[in-house]
Amino acid sequence: MKKSTPKALILSGYGLNCEEETAFAFEYAGVHADIVHLKDLIDTPKRLSRYQILAIPGGFSFGDHTGSGRAFANKLTNHLSEELAAFVARDTLTIGICNGFQILTECGLLPGALTYNAQPRYLTRWLDVAVRAETCPWLSGIERLALPIAHGEGRYYLDESGRAELSRTNALGLQYVAGAMCEHFDLPHNPNGSLDDIAGVTAQSGRVFGLMPHPERALLFTQLPHYTYERDRLRRGGQPLPERGPGYAIFANARRYYA
Amino acid sequence: MMKNVTGQRLNIWSTIPDSRSHALTSTLARMSGSQSCEVIRVVDSYLIDAKLSKNEWGIVRALFSHPLVHANVLGGSPAPEHFLYAIEIGFLPGVTDNLASTVVETIEDSLGRSLKKGEAVYTAKIVYLDGELDRELVSQFAYELHNPLIERAAILSQREYTTQGGFLLRPPRVTLAEETAVKDVSLWCSDDELTLIGKLGILNEDGTRRGPLALSLEALKTIRTHFHALGRLPTDIELESLAQTWSEHCKHSIFADPIDEITEGIYKRYIKGATRDVRAKKGRADFCVSVFTDNAGAIAYDDEYLVTHKVETHNSPSALDPFGGAITGIVGVNRDALGFGLGAKPIANTYGFCVGDPDDTRPLYRDQACTNPLLPPARILDGVVRGVGSGGNESGIPTALGMLCVDDRFRGKPLVFAGTVGLLPRKKGKRALHQKQARAGDYIVVVGGRVGLDGIHGATFSSEALDSGSPATAVQIGDPITQKKMSDAIVKEARDMELYTSITDNGAGGISCSVAEMARECGGCRVELEKVPLKYSGLAPWQIWISESQERMTLAVPPKKWDKLRELLAKRGVEATRIGEFTDSGNCVVAHEGNTIMDLELSFLHDGRPIVFQQTKAPHIETAPAPKTRAGTIDALVLKLLARPSIASTAFIATQYDHEVQGSSVTKSLQGRGQVCTESAVLRPLLDRESGIVLSHGYAPWLSELDAYAMAASAIDNAVAAAVASGADPEQLALLDNFCWCSSHDPERLYQLKEAARACYDVAVAYGTPFISGKDSMFNDFKGFDAQGTPCMISIPPTLLISAIGVIDSVHRAITTDLKQADDCIYLLGDTLDECAGSEYLALVTGKSHVLHEGAQVPRVDVQKNSAVYRAYAQAVGKGYIASGMRVGRGGLAIALAKASIAGMLGMDITLPATTLSSDTYLFSESQGRLLVSVDPKHKTAFEKVCSKVSCTELGTVSEMPRMHITDRRGAEVCVLSLERARRAYRATFKNC
Repeated sequence: MKKSTPKALILSGYGLNCEEETAFAFEYAGVHADIVHLKDLIDTPKRLSRYQILAIPGGFSFGDHTGSGRAFANKLTNHLSEELAAFVARDTLTIGICNGFQILTECGLLPGALTYNAQPRYLTRWLDVAVRAETCPWLSGIERLALPIAHGEGRYYLDESGRAELSRTNALGLQYVAGAMCEHFDLPHNPNGSLDDIAGVTAQSGRVFGLMPHPERALLFTQLPHYTYERDRLRRGGQPLPERGPGYAIFANARRYYA
Repeated sequence: MMKNVTGQRLNIWSTIPDSRSHALTSTLARMSGSQSCEVIRVVDSYLIDAKLSKNEWGIVRALFSHPLVHANVLGGSPAPEHFLYAIEIGFLPGVTDNLASTVVETIEDSLGRSLKKGEAVYTAKIVYLDGELDRELVSQFAYELHNPLIERAAILSQREYTTQGGFLLRPPRVTLAEETAVKDVSLWCSDDELTLIGKLGILNEDGTRRGPLALSLEALKTIRTHFHALGRLPTDIELESLAQTWSEHCKHSIFADPIDEITEGIYKRYIKGATRDVRAKKGRADFCVSVFTDNAGAIAYDDEYLVTHKVETHNSPSALDPFGGAITGIVGVNRDALGFGLGAKPIANTYGFCVGDPDDTRPLYRDQACTNPLLPPARILDGVVRGVGSGGNESGIPTALGMLCVDDRFRGKPLVFAGTVGLLPRKKGKRALHQKQARAGDYIVVVGGRVGLDGIHGATFSSEALDSGSPATAVQIGDPITQKKMSDAIVKEARDMELYTSITDNGAGGISCSVAEMARECGGCRVELEKVPLKYSGLAPWQIWISESQERMTLAVPPKKWDKLRELLAKRGVEATRIGEFTDSGNCVVAHEGNTIMDLELSFLHDGRPIVFQQTKAPHIETAPAPKTRAGTIDALVLKLLARPSIASTAFIATQYDHEVQGSSVTKSLQGRGQVCTESAVLRPLLDRESGIVLSHGYAPWLSELDAYAMAASAIDNAVAAAVASGADPEQLALLDNFCWCSSHDPERLYQLKEAARACYDVAVAYGTPFISGKDSMFNDFKGFDAQGTPCMISIPPTLLISAIGVIDSVHRAITTDLKQADDCIYLLGDTLDECAGSEYLALVTGKSHVLHEGAQVPRVDVQKNSAVYRAYAQAVGKGYIASGMRVGRGGLAIALAKASIAGMLGMDITLPATTLSSDTYLFSESQGRLLVSVDPKHKTAFEKVCSKVSCTELGTVSEMPRMHITDRRGAEVCVLSLERARRAYRATFKNC
């Protein structure tokens, strides 16, 4: 591995469950990824200082009991609040995906709250998001992405002044939009009733980023929901099949930030 | 009651519009038929039954709400200013409360100390209602919100609420006053008394009985003789243990025992026999690695990995508590992966639900006085759907595939199938990971959850029909998070640190079965029962021994590895307890506080069961007149069939299930632009390689009463065809069998069973598809009463679910059902015959199913012809000729065409070929072995060449025009159906679910 290769710490434990595919996504994009159980990090908190990237992956920490992300966030705050503050104060990148996003808002590292979907039920589907943050390193050079969601508590809430502040400070990361994926499957653009269609927000000039969709599940072409359709279309046009999917760009950006 | 409580309630509710209230308001509106009442607040209420300091209460209060969106109150009332009624729903004593576990863990973590012994948290929900309401409606609504078998509901009007100061603090603590002494049980009594012991259980001092042993008179006499020779009486725990181990659930005696001329039993002859013969024929191409012996079956994935598969049923518990039963089922079968070899990682879940018609509201009761109702099919469906969803979603295991089958005869007892695919490296160092061997001297270590009264007599209970004696303690509620912690610690850490020599799941029969089973690997065990960690005190030794409390695995741990394992598991928040050791004494010995209370030879425990000689008798087949003339046009029939609950879109299930987690999903649960449900799934379990797994299933219970052989043959054919259609290699498929039968002592039912098993052998051998694992559930009957208190019995139709699993070298072989481009050619592979018996079409037009309509033929599986079709299709897939493909299934060709159209949101122009069949028969017959295919015109010639040796009919072309247009060969219009109408019909049935 090259000397310049950045290192990512992927948290696991207590019901988080997307750590392996998230680690794979980072590795695939050229970032060294270590999966670390939260208990091990609590026991040796100093190791966080060895990393440039922190990822809190998706999952069902503590079964979403007492509210998604809340119990895990309590544990983080109880044991690692100083280390986390020091980590984000450095020139580091932090990403929270789905349950990780919920955890970051519960920790207060990202603004707003995530609550029950407008139809209070778990929902799995693909959709489109548009990038709004101009300075977020995670989203640099990206305009739109097709990604999957899978959550029961993804409705983003922040009061009006807070949302105005998000826009003003360039902290609004992603919005659900009616794009090509929604059109293909004839589905509404906002899956959960999020205010202002908010799908992801940022803090610390974009270095801390949380989003409900799962970019690590859109890493490869074969993960697309219309993969066989696209494969058929490209083959008929005599074009080669791509290897990567749209979510790759986010992980590649993390790599590029430390290039 | 108040005086017993040291703690307080912490109440939390949403300060922004709460979507949970809106959803409940919709339910209420549906029940009342009025929009003028609503749920105005939903409160999460945590009764913290603990003594905390003032400062600690301050900390705890802030832990469970987000200041932006929640309000909370400690001790005080969370009621809105105005409301008419309030309902509180809480658990009954001893029911697993997963939410409470997280509350406790959060409190302890935040206070930096543990709660004291006896202190606990109990959670409840409070719902406040306003508008035009009366107590009657509120009571009905409360019933809708809870299940009396596991929960309690309290209702207060605003006045009552104010007078008594809100809901009482009633912690549902478990208080047990049962006999806990071990006693000897005399079997020297009349045959009548022995029968009662077998059917209702051992007699308590107070005249009550302990619950079914499900031991026959014959079995009890065998036990009596055995102990007579030993010169003593059996203890209660010995009797309970034998009942567990000898239960139909564990020993599968109906499959194992002689039946008519088949002295070796149908399992050995037909199921194992098929696998033996297929493997012998495959020779070096045999891909089976472990069949029938372990918790799951396993086949080769590649040089480095194996895949395992196991499908279980969890029917009886799901009938009592659909959510709890289903979640326990899925989380339980996950442990069959964890318990395979030295521990496979679960990589996919599958499910199957067989329920009564959700629109059927006719009540059924367990008792003659009509006070103990069964849950109606709609609630069963809602509960089992949520249960399997929660289990998979919370565990991070993709729910890749499933089915819903609706039939009137499932309303007395639903079927819930739950399956799990696992992935296991072949080796760690020099150790083959699919092999395990407990050794004498290894510690017996129980890992995971604690033991309570849950699931007592689960194994013996499922071996009996469901009636008023069904014990509520047979209900467990799975806890995915406890299991996830355990699962991660085992398959991601302990396994590869080589900290144990054997592992198995604690399922039916609890440790009585798991320990006794592992003891066979080394030849004995000695258990110190008082060491087993309990949820609460007061359990008798026999209860600890057979309890089916969930989320537990049993490990064999070499003494020198024990400290390391204990340390690792403690760090992962997983409880591990050494409860004894494995020996080579030949006996299973259990001690309690120093006294030996059980000492049984393993040979008697496992093989002492008396054999039953079973006899069969051909059943009478009910017939009905042939339909005279068809009602309505073919367009109308297609629309009606698309809306039939066993055919209609179950997108509401698929979209609640995370099938994308682990990143492995290639073909999705809903396919194409129009999102059509499928019968197969292609997965890419290892993202760094192109290879993959194909999963599929097949079932045909609608044929059971007509011809059980044809039913089983169809189930296998359907599973194979569905897998092949989605890209599987027909030479690389393995099967799992799940038999769900009814009244299995009835010679006519046994005849059907024997016929079905015979078909399993014939078809599996012909297709070269070995069985690698299976399970059966033999008594799916409901005996109870209708609304008038008249006795009734409802038996399920004998149901065989076949699950197929295959490995493909590249996921680029994956094929989906959706038509891709206009002008593509549409073909039908395979022959359509006049085989409408049991069809959805005849059921629709005559209103009668499970009868043989005069003149109608049952679909036959022609194995030679079908194999050739599947091989030709697979070859065409390999060459890239296939644009879309699917099996022609329920509803016949017309429905397959409609589904392909809806999936692709493209129309079609079809011309029916020259045939002697009527249009109806051609379009709605359910002949087996047919695939519907679309092909890019540029591959037309090449495709036809590949299919030159099989029946291949060009039906027409894909069209931009959004309609399904079918003409006969003379050009007369048979059907013109707009795509939009078809899609709407397909989606309408469950659109409010």
